[in-house]
Amino acid sequence: MKRFITALLIGTATLAVAAPKPVTLLNVSYDPTREFYVDFNAAFARHWETTTGQKVTIKQSHGGSGKQARSVIDGLPADLVTLALAYDIDAISEKAKLIPASWQSRLPHNSSPYFSTIVFLVRKGNPKEIKDWDDLVKPGISVITPNPKTSGGARWNYLAAWEFAKRRNGGDESKAREFVSALFKNVPVLDSGARGATTTFVQREIGDVFLSWENEAFLALKEFGADKLEIVVPSISILAEPPVTVIDKVVDRRGTRAVAEAYLNFLYSEEGQDLAGKHFYRPRLPAAAQKYATQFADVALFTIDEAFGGWKQAQETHFSDGGVFDQIYK
Amino acid sequence: MNPSRKTNVLPGFGLSMGFTITYLCLIVLIPLSAAFLKTATMGWPAFWEAISAPRVLASYRLSFGVSAIAALVNGVFGFIVAWVLARYTFPAKKLVDAFVDLPFALPTAVAGIALTAIYAENGWIGSLLAPLGIKVAFKPLGIGIALIFIGLPFVVRTLQPIIEDLDADVEEAAASLGATRAQTFFRVVLPAVLPAWLTGVAMAFARAVGEFGSVVFISGNMPMKTEITPLLIITKLEQYDYAGATALAVVMLVASFALLLLINLLQAWSARR
Amino acid sequence: MAGIVSRLSHRGARRPGTTDPAWVRWALTATALLFLAVMLFVPLVAVFAEALRKGVAAYLESFGDPDALAAIRLTLLTAAIAVPANVVFGVAAAWAIAKFEFRGKNVLITLIDLPFAVSPVVSGLIYVLVFGAQGWLGPWLMEHDITIIFAVPGIVLATVFVTFPFVARELIPLMQAQGTEEEESAIVLGANGWQTFWNVTLPNIKWGLLYGVILCNARAMGEFGAVSVVSGHIRGMTNTIPLHVEILYNEYQFVAAFAVASLLALLALLTLGIKNIVEWRAHTALSAETKPESP
Repeated sequence: MKRFITALLIGTATLAVAAPKPVTLLNVSYDPTREFYVDFNAAFARHWETTTGQKVTIKQSHGGSGKQARSVIDGLPADLVTLALAYDIDAISEKAKLIPASWQSRLPHNSSPYFSTIVFLVRKGNPKEIKDWDDLVKPGISVITPNPKTSGGARWNYLAAWEFAKRRNGGDESKAREFVSALFKNVPVLDSGARGATTTFVQREIGDVFLSWENEAFLALKEFGADKLEIVVPSISILAEPPVTVIDKVVDRRGTRAVAEAYLNFLYSEEGQDLAGKHFYRPRLPAAAQKYATQFADVALFTIDEAFGGWKQAQETHFSDGGVFDQIYK
Repeated sequence: MNPSRKTNVLPGFGLSMGFTITYLCLIVLIPLSAAFLKTATMGWPAFWEAISAPRVLASYRLSFGVSAIAALVNGVFGFIVAWVLARYTFPAKKLVDAFVDLPFALPTAVAGIALTAIYAENGWIGSLLAPLGIKVAFKPLGIGIALIFIGLPFVVRTLQPIIEDLDADVEEAAASLGATRAQTFFRVVLPAVLPAWLTGVAMAFARAVGEFGSVVFISGNMPMKTEITPLLIITKLEQYDYAGATALAVVMLVASFALLLLINLLQAWSARR
Repeated sequence: MAGIVSRLSHRGARRPGTTDPAWVRWALTATALLFLAVMLFVPLVAVFAEALRKGVAAYLESFGDPDALAAIRLTLLTAAIAVPANVVFGVAAAWAIAKFEFRGKNVLITLIDLPFAVSPVVSGLIYVLVFGAQGWLGPWLMEHDITIIFAVPGIVLATVFVTFPFVARELIPLMQAQGTEEEESAIVLGANGWQTFWNVTLPNIKWGLLYGVILCNARAMGEFGAVSVVSGHIRGMTNTIPLHVEILYNEYQFVAAFAVASLLALLALLTLGIKNIVEWRAHTALSAETKPESP
């Protein structure tokens, strides 16, 4: 709020020297980024105003990644999207032709300015001694994860478990299927979204282990107390890259391309990367990565492209109707 | 569409009917037809496959079955509540009366969260039931509780004005002709309120079948077990499968429409009798 | 609970043969109160308990947030458009259906009921299919720079749809039960249509109408599913109270979430309070008129 007021004051001060017209951006994002973008938007507004003299207000919209992509497809005028999976942004390109198919190569690191992974959240003291993925399929272990069919984050969970089992069994896909199927037998509740699942695990005290985005796990520790929960990092996990892009058709219509692109570039800047680290996303920039190195455990990460041949294929094989995930519940 | 009763001297049929039809078309029928047309784009085999997959069938059983039970529970208790509110006086009655509308006012998501908190094994009521071996949250029973909560005002509020308007003269006449109170109730009162009761129960049912916001929190969403049909609609949307989603919606719509129509016909028939 | 079932109905003392035996009254009242306590009161208490967990100060602070205020404003605006629209429709539909005979009446009544039966998810979706960028009118609207979906008009439309049957459904059975004799005599005595409606019909249906308005209003303010689909969730712009509650909950701000939710419960109680005042006034006026006749 204070920042907002200072921004306002600076705004009125610069107004005297014929400042350009104020501009608004709409950033359509997924659930776990709320806290990060509150800070980042304030930082960017300051940065943009000092460099160009123009005032910028960033409006935020948050929701499930798939639902947000659908809203953009159906006409929500997003200047830029910052979603959980490339698959959802691909859909914006495919179904609504609002952005070129090559959108992901426009910015460094697959257009993902920060990354994360999947870790385990367990109760304090880790009473069930859960160390790695294969502990999750043991009888009597109760696992909480959202539904991969409705939650982007849960798809990362599922794919990480699959790849772990596949590698453990020398690349045997049928063993991987058995493993994932045993894992989901241990799931008592499938919430529709990541934050709902967090509540089930923390507030309702259901389950021994919760599969979660790393940044969400840290946030849960911060919000609900490190005296109740702790994070366990498995031996191997998936490189979760939440990508960003400007929506070309919208920024060209609204004339906001310059500021929208600057916004995304600012995510890669020192300040943006530092904020990402502060909000428990793993930064890309070496300096910022160094600064937050102690915060993140070392873990072998594999990418979805090398393990599953990209999102499109993973989605079709595993999560579409009649796919592997549906067959588990036959 | 002229009124068939030639002797009717009342004016305004054309105006009120015209307005009704226009408004109905603009707000309800034209948008709803969008769902049907979207479904039509997918072709018959794909449509059949979408609406008859085993998981979908399991979800119909759950959605329609639990909704029916919840509507009947509301039918019984809602009647008692409406009767008590309309006929008796007791302290804080106005406040109790006001409570009945709570399920409408409370956002369904909040209702779902509150009910889950209460009926989870570490909740106020859940912790009392757990030692008895009764689990509510994340089981079909939990869905039932949420649907009873959602549907209750429909039954009470449909019945209440009718019971209040019942003419005491008729009851008095029955009594003075030697009918016992029970006879009066079953022969005079019940037939008079039956149409409204049916309407209330049907609306509670129809509302329950489509309910999403409160149920997803308490149901646990396990495929084949506690997965409701509206959740499957959302699941299809997540895959950008608009046609598949509207296909399920159309099935639910047609089923609910058939049921509502049946009840309205029953009512018209009982009114004519 | 002693003495709970003390007096009889507010309509004044009933005549013999129209009252239930004391034990029946007792049993029914106890059953009704117990049922309401478990089904409604406990959840309501849970909402307030969560909202007040960190004290009254934290509770009140939740309403100072500009986003919360924007949500409250939007919700009030939406209800202020949706409710009158459905009142006009409800009265017109009830007049046509209850006072006249025509073919296809049952189908018409059922069509009016239909929005109850539509899943909230779908009732949002159909407007997206019509007005969305990929929908029927999407491209045309885009060309003319008209926004409906993900803006206030879409939210109002979805709310009108969801609350569509409430007033009509309350009035139709009531007006059918009342028949047409009174109106017919008024017409025969030379009153015109509007006069008949205002002076004869309206006084007869006012309680039903009021119930309908209250239900319609409560549901309009509390609707979540349908509005969620067409809102776009832009903070401070297109979030209604229920959507704002979800946002707060998802930000782990449980106190604020339940505080804002409790506001809706309070609004419902407030409308009921107004109803009771109106009812009480009408009653005192009525009993003043009819006093000499009452037994």
